[in-house]
Amino acid sequence: MPKRGDIKKILIIGSGPIIIGQACEFDYSGTQACKALREEGYEVILVNSNPATIMTDPDMADVTYIEPLTSEILEMIIEKERPDALLPTMGGQTALNLTVELCELGVVDKYGIKLIGAGLDAIVKAENREQFKHSMERIGLEIPRSVAVTTVEEGMRAVEYVRFPAILRPAFTLGGTGGGVAYNLEEYGALLKNALDLSPVTQVLIEESVIGWKEYELEVMRDNADNVVIICSIENFDPMGVHTGDSITVAPVQTLTDKEYQRMRDASIAIIREIGVDTGGSNIQFALSPETGRMLVIEMNPRVSRSSALASKATGFPIAKIAAKLAVGLRLDEIPNDITRETPASFEPTIDYVVTKIPRFAFEKFPEAEPILTVAMKSVGEVMAIGRTFKESLQKAMRSLEADTYGFEKPDETLNEKALMLKLKEPNSERLWFIGEAIRRGYTVDAINSVTKVDPWFLNNIKEIIDFEEQLSDMALHVKNLSDIDSGLLRKAKESGFSDRRLSELLKTDEDTVRVLRKLRGIIPVYKIVDTCGAEFKARTPYLYSTYERPFYKISEDTTDRAEIHAISACEANPTDRKKIVILGSGPNRIGQGIEFDYCCVQAVYALKELGYETIMINCNPETVSTDYDTSDRLYFEPLTIEDVLSIIDVEKPEGVIVQFGGQTPLKLAVPLEKAGVRVLGTSPDAIDRAEDRARFKDLLHKLNLKQPLSGIARSVEEALRTADGIGYPVMLRPSYVLGGRAMEIVYDSESLYDYMGRAVKVSHEKPVLVDKYLEDAIEVDVDAISDGTKVIVGGVMEHIEEAGIHSGDSACSLPPYSLHPRIVNEIKEQTKALALELRVIGLMNVQFAVKEDEIYILEVNPRASRTVPFVSKATGVSIAKLAAKIMAGRTLDELGVTKEPVIKHIAVKESVLPFGRFPGVDTILGPEMKSTGEVMGIDVDFGLAYAKAQASAYNRIPMAGKIFISVRDKDKHSCVEIARTFIKNGFTIAATKGTTEFLQGQGIEAEPVNKVNEGLRPHIVDLIKSKEINFIINTISDSKSKQDSQSIRTSALTYKIPYATTISAARAVANAVEMLKSNKVGIKSIQEYHKTASGL
Amino acid sequence: MLKATLVLSDGLVFEGESFGFSGETAGEVVFNTSMTGYQEILTDPSYTGQIVAMTYTQMGNYGVNPEDIESKGGPKVEGFIVKENFDYHSNWRSKGSLDSYLKDHGITGIQGIDTRALTSHLRDNGSMMGIIATGETNAKDLLKKIKAHAGIAGVDLVKDVSTKSDYRWNEKLWEWGKTKQTGRHLYQIVDRAKPKVVVYDFGVKFNILRNLFNTGFDITVVPAKTSAEDVLGMSPDGIFLSNGPGDPEAVTYAISNVRKLIGKKPIFGICLGHQIIGLALGGKTYKLKFGHHGGNHPVKDLESGKVEITSQNHNYCVDVDSLKGKVELTHVNLYDNTAEGMRHNDYPLFSVQYHPEAGPGPNDSMYLFKRFMDMVEKNV
Repeated sequence: MPKRGDIKKILIIGSGPIIIGQACEFDYSGTQACKALREEGYEVILVNSNPATIMTDPDMADVTYIEPLTSEILEMIIEKERPDALLPTMGGQTALNLTVELCELGVVDKYGIKLIGAGLDAIVKAENREQFKHSMERIGLEIPRSVAVTTVEEGMRAVEYVRFPAILRPAFTLGGTGGGVAYNLEEYGALLKNALDLSPVTQVLIEESVIGWKEYELEVMRDNADNVVIICSIENFDPMGVHTGDSITVAPVQTLTDKEYQRMRDASIAIIREIGVDTGGSNIQFALSPETGRMLVIEMNPRVSRSSALASKATGFPIAKIAAKLAVGLRLDEIPNDITRETPASFEPTIDYVVTKIPRFAFEKFPEAEPILTVAMKSVGEVMAIGRTFKESLQKAMRSLEADTYGFEKPDETLNEKALMLKLKEPNSERLWFIGEAIRRGYTVDAINSVTKVDPWFLNNIKEIIDFEEQLSDMALHVKNLSDIDSGLLRKAKESGFSDRRLSELLKTDEDTVRVLRKLRGIIPVYKIVDTCGAEFKARTPYLYSTYERPFYKISEDTTDRAEIHAISACEANPTDRKKIVILGSGPNRIGQGIEFDYCCVQAVYALKELGYETIMINCNPETVSTDYDTSDRLYFEPLTIEDVLSIIDVEKPEGVIVQFGGQTPLKLAVPLEKAGVRVLGTSPDAIDRAEDRARFKDLLHKLNLKQPLSGIARSVEEALRTADGIGYPVMLRPSYVLGGRAMEIVYDSESLYDYMGRAVKVSHEKPVLVDKYLEDAIEVDVDAISDGTKVIVGGVMEHIEEAGIHSGDSACSLPPYSLHPRIVNEIKEQTKALALELRVIGLMNVQFAVKEDEIYILEVNPRASRTVPFVSKATGVSIAKLAAKIMAGRTLDELGVTKEPVIKHIAVKESVLPFGRFPGVDTILGPEMKSTGEVMGIDVDFGLAYAKAQASAYNRIPMAGKIFISVRDKDKHSCVEIARTFIKNGFTIAATKGTTEFLQGQGIEAEPVNKVNEGLRPHIVDLIKSKEINFIINTISDSKSKQDSQSIRTSALTYKIPYATTISAARAVANAVEMLKSNKVGIKSIQEYHKTASGL
Repeated sequence: MLKATLVLSDGLVFEGESFGFSGETAGEVVFNTSMTGYQEILTDPSYTGQIVAMTYTQMGNYGVNPEDIESKGGPKVEGFIVKENFDYHSNWRSKGSLDSYLKDHGITGIQGIDTRALTSHLRDNGSMMGIIATGETNAKDLLKKIKAHAGIAGVDLVKDVSTKSDYRWNEKLWEWGKTKQTGRHLYQIVDRAKPKVVVYDFGVKFNILRNLFNTGFDITVVPAKTSAEDVLGMSPDGIFLSNGPGDPEAVTYAISNVRKLIGKKPIFGICLGHQIIGLALGGKTYKLKFGHHGGNHPVKDLESGKVEITSQNHNYCVDVDSLKGKVELTHVNLYDNTAEGMRHNDYPLFSVQYHPEAGPGPNDSMYLFKRFMDMVEKNV
């Protein structure tokens, strides 16, 4: 069937900011969809609020809007662009929900838009629990006993039928937010209320618990001729009860016979047909009783998903790309398989390896949150590894996590038996290692299975690894020399996936020694191709993974001597003779290192391709665009450890390696790589060290005559106390070499400092703690610049909305600055240039400044790509990452025609998106430790409007009427006056705590006093929040005591979705935005239009 | 672990570890790309004379059970090649390990070798004879041995696997929770006795019989050498020609018997049965370079235009062009455009090269059994 001729223009909705449950896998799918549809000749209109995506690159779609993902804005875009069709299945739950909303509002009908991929009926049938249940009944499939309820009363009745333990699943929430398991009536009541509240349609499914059952997922595709294929099957290591996004998962299924697998396959096909997904991919989850094999359908996602991204990377079958083509009417058998080229996409991939995904968590960022895993997703990223056996795959995945683990290290050895059992019983992010420890301590597989419900097949594999570890340790004790170690055993260890690092621990030596010994014995990895077909056809796409395979050999009847025999290693890497550069990716997403760095890596690939280089990507994050085999010329899906990277470099022999774009992950490898004789492109590792090392950095600033807040280094608790006294409180404390503000805190007195040193860090001579003067109320400024060593161009100067001290990743910022004097901005630029030249930066550099009372202080210099690079690029239309990559390959700014810094006529505001809703009990106050998962951009002609858009994009409602509650520390009271006036002028009323009320009244502002919670009088502020009498909250705090006192305000604001500001600057920006919104209508403009009006470069 | 060696007839030597039965075995080495279903593959009589290498790397995971078998008497393969046999099996239906199953039935296996390299080699150079030997062996001696082996081309392997006497079949398809019970029929037969089908056993897979049973047939299985006259004497309503091992041209008696049956009764053939029909009609067959063995091949039904994902296991193929005017091509393999099915222009006869019975593999093509039933009923 030919592709549809009745549509020409297609609207794609992106998934918005990175949040838990919806991450950069939707950049991957959206980017693929844009490329696929344009390849077929369609015009693509793209809307996404997330500037850190590749999909919002101006040349990815024909017209790109970085605008809030709300139905009002979308209607404006539809009215302007008049698309013929809307593809709702690429942007996760966000796009699906918006599509439903647009249909219900009549927008889709009004403009005659065709939904392609999945129609409204299919979306609703799959998403609405009640309808889904009826659909499954119709095709004779079982689902867990369940009742959908919309009120607490209904819920109480429902549980009598469902029985405990009961699972609560709110409808239409992301990653199952608000879901939970209740074991008794009390727990149930609390969960029910919360779940009803979180569901946008106030509907919750009360469901029979199948906790501990085996969990499976199938990725299904269907075309409009009703051809259905299964792309990938996935078996979860963690049984039912842990959200699949938080589970370790393995592809393909391991413990099902063909009969059982086909039964699941048949069910999946019946489901996609019954739900009526016309074309494209769906993800279907099943639970299976380990005792009887009873199979229940858990859920179906009628769109591409995190799992489909994983499945695409796991099999080499690009689900989103094919789904986009199917949506415009092509059939599976009309689309070629990219990898074999000669066979069509109408087949089921078969794989000849095992894929393991392990999620990455960020509980260390939220110490108040309970680090246990439930049916609501909490992980912030994931890694995938490929190995020929599960053991190899698992151990590769473990070291890919970059969580200071290289295998089954012993967890806390002091853990007693009872504590260990609890760690096994309650799913948690380190359970895998605790299972290893339990085996080490002699627990049987049966015993561990009965506690964890993890399938014995997985457990026995882990047992083999642990047993092997013991064999290795034993041997280390018995051989005199390491060189006496049996080659066969060493090879077997590598075949089982042991890292050199873990082997060195077991053999009581160091990693380099293991590597040298191993290479001496010829034990080196071979690379195999991910080819969708188990080698049945020749693969054309170099998508590679490493494995250890025994060499074989060839003889003839005349062969006389084994010495003549030449060992053959079947390595499929086949490196080319082209000039080539390796780009190291950023590994798993985590707070502090997310999609922004993947964006930079992908830009580097594009840039180097333009210069004619062969690009080689190494990364282990399945969610990303960088690990699309279509992005770089060659893709190695490998852990980013020195061992794995060096092995690839041995084979590829590139001209150089780029470590600047992937954040801290590759940067950490700069020195070891250089030591191993690898050419690190761009800024020298020594310059990086000069910027990172406190003492050297101090000298550098001294040399350039630049200011820095008073600071000191402490190598002991006593030294820290002494230093802080010398500098004067408040001080900012942080461990050296951190990203994302890990364990960074501001302390106001010696008592808090003492507490911090005991709690947050293990200080030592090698790992000192940095003590900096905290500049209160300073304005923070971020600058991104590019340098070729002789010339520097500033890409963008960003003024933060929140004051210095709030992590730059968590604060909003404005490009260009909205309040700084031009003289200051110029001075900042000059200082940036001086720093870049002194450090001989080749490529990107980011500098953080603080401005206080017209004095400029330098907080930090990072000679590498920063988190703000994509934001700057989208705001200005200049891809500074691309330019930087070209400079690192030897071009100069002059050669690239870059002479002036970009100047824009609009304002772009970046806002952060925080995951507090996921971590009950965590205070929402911002601080020096980064907590945001993603970002959005608001862009308009005026700061107020741009800020308002950024807030809308970040799902923070700007209040347009009602009551403002103010509770601020003394020093903020003056600043509140003007803000309160602005609100009153725009029709708001003010409520405040007694102290603030008196102060405001003294300034002639009408304010009504409200009781504090700890004053004991009712109604207090939390009562007002609950009864929805408050529309906006301004709450700042001075110390940890006031923080404790007011936490209930912020928690209830979060729960009841009342917008709030925890800094005066943010409150001011909101007031400003309200004023602008009252007098102006928000408009829309594509970034291509914005960029046209920008000048420079 | 005991050493094992695989030597291919072109001199390639893979050294790995033994599993299953310790011994020596020779056969044509073919690779299979199914990720599940090793027990069905092992017991598929069509693999007689062949050593099967699995491209998926983890075998033995779910053990073995008495239900998922395609023939009586254990595995029919000559040998088994895997990357890793994992002996800790886990499945609620499992009754034992793959390793002991192979040991009990005298099947020699090798593991720990680079099965992907082996697969690529067979893909590029074609299927070839190979030998697996356990323990300390001399590769050169093994090479000599396998080079001296006559091979399986032109050899009638059917006579070894066909039933020795007639029997009736009463088992239905596996269904979760209902195995081994007398089952309901997928297609309701109303108002009269079940149509009778005689199945020529060239090495029939049980799942074919189970499918015929579920479809509503009264089934009698007869030995491959049963004469056409004897079969007609049983007055069947339809005749089914089964799958089986080896070179179709070597099964001369079957070709001549089938020639006598064409046009007399509705006939449905699968795999070797399909090839024998081709030869009986005066057409030609040829050998594929490395055959089709797996569960993921797309086959297009040329009438409906729909694509089925199919179970495949054949080395030979019918040259449907050689039957121009007599038959119509009905199914095509979208991987390599080889013929996968045909229908006679004049007689009630159709056949497919692939395996609609699944076991292992997808159930997409089971409609063909219904099509056979329809044809039989129309003819009654």
